[in-house]
Amino acid sequence: MAKIVSLADGIAELVHDGDVVALEGFTHLIPFAAGHEIIRQGRRGLTLVRMTPDVIYDQLIGAGCASRLVFSWGGNPGVGSLHRFRDAVQHSWPAPLELEEHSHAGMANRYVAGASGLPFAVLRGYTGTDLPRHTATVRTVDCPFTGETLTALPALRPDVTVVHAQRADRAGNVQLWGITGVQKEAVLAARRSLVTVEELVDELTPVPGQVVLPGWAVTAVARVPGGAHPSYTQGYSVRDNDFYRDWDAISRDRDAFRAWIARHVLATEVPA
Amino acid sequence: MSAADWSADEMMTVAAARQLRDGTVCFVGIGLPSTAANLARVTHAPGLVLVYESGCLGAKPDRLPLSIGDGVLADTADAVVSVPEVFNYWLQPGRIDVGFLGAAQLDRHGNLNTTVIGGSYAEPSVRLPGAGGAPEIAASCGEVVVIVRQSRRTFTDRVDFVTSVGYGAGPDDRARLGLRGGGPRTVITDLGVLEPDPATRELTLTRLHPGVTVAQARAATGWPLAVADGLTTNEPPTPAELAALRALRATSRATT
Repeated sequence: MAKIVSLADGIAELVHDGDVVALEGFTHLIPFAAGHEIIRQGRRGLTLVRMTPDVIYDQLIGAGCASRLVFSWGGNPGVGSLHRFRDAVQHSWPAPLELEEHSHAGMANRYVAGASGLPFAVLRGYTGTDLPRHTATVRTVDCPFTGETLTALPALRPDVTVVHAQRADRAGNVQLWGITGVQKEAVLAARRSLVTVEELVDELTPVPGQVVLPGWAVTAVARVPGGAHPSYTQGYSVRDNDFYRDWDAISRDRDAFRAWIARHVLATEVPA
Repeated sequence: MSAADWSADEMMTVAAARQLRDGTVCFVGIGLPSTAANLARVTHAPGLVLVYESGCLGAKPDRLPLSIGDGVLADTADAVVSVPEVFNYWLQPGRIDVGFLGAAQLDRHGNLNTTVIGGSYAEPSVRLPGAGGAPEIAASCGEVVVIVRQSRRTFTDRVDFVTSVGYGAGPDDRARLGLRGGGPRTVITDLGVLEPDPATRELTLTRLHPGVTVAQARAATGWPLAVADGLTTNEPPTPAELAALRALRATSRATT
């Protein structure tokens, strides 16, 4: 049975300096509030894992929480580049950022292997690209039945995965639906997990197409209404596209970025 | 309709939309590919099936999404599936007819770069977003359509990083690498259309947009651009195409 915790306690107990941390979400259900709490608690040396590191990872990188990034597409979706990510890669600011770079198909299958308890994933991918030359975790394997050469990638096993979801009951059973990305796989691949939810209910009403993570498969659940903003939660909120556009200007300049973090993250009341 | 009535970007988007045949299944990237694919769907190809890598199969948005995971795609899709399913069940086995991609750099054999420009991989001059779904889209779709603005910075003799394979170094490379899809069939730019030469697989200028000259296209290309014998000129956008494109763009602005 998952523990019901506050966001601050959940991050304090589950996310440690130097951990491999996945905050997943594929445009939808991105756990922004949890990312802000990691910044407030001053975590350092994290290996951040995510298929689509977007604005919350830009904020974590710019705030100095990360030393490595394992990813497949790092941009501000529909807007352009992540400037804090670029500054870290191109100018090591505020700290050098080591990259382990994959494709979406590769990352998705690495999570599937992790969730499946397998040591590696197999797929057709990467062939002919320059990715294997720069990414040590890309190898090949020969099919034992046909002899075909396929791409092999090690399973992803984050120390902790954090996702946001629509709701949970008091035993920590979680419902999430809409665009579900790789959230289920990332939670099941991780050693520990924290799910932030819009609401805690006494009884979960079945929803067509829902994904349920049973309470016994989740470490902790925290109630954080609006915890995905400026991302969105299907059925609860819409994506704040204006914020994503505004982020481009805020994040281009180091001082403007620091001022934004100071005002909107560090000076923000920790949700109880 | 005269050139004064439409922009080079509008001509490019309309030309790209015309590439998509009704009833085909298209894997769509965000930005220009998404705009062109939705334009095709609301004009000549109502049965075009749009697949977004966020897991939305058969999305029919009534406004342009800002990102591949906007709620309007999930709300209007035939099915919403997980990301592993999109890549493993739908893309990898060859169920997608057309992959529709953009790029930061492209070379004469249609290889695409969306990773780094200049310097080294570890210390690049410009760090781009990276691969996303593109390498496997380029490898596995029946054919690939590329939409990209043409300039010497973009159309380069050698891409700085091969993110997605076109024809590799020449005609036999896709077979040698075991890539199952057909590779780039068409490259649409703001100046015209390039298609691979059947023998060499080198991208060749086959069509110009109205008012554009071969000299302009050559000046915007970082390799000696071959021109097809039967070079033709595209039809300008029809009033109906332009109206539909502008209506799409207006709805996206109005709702964000």
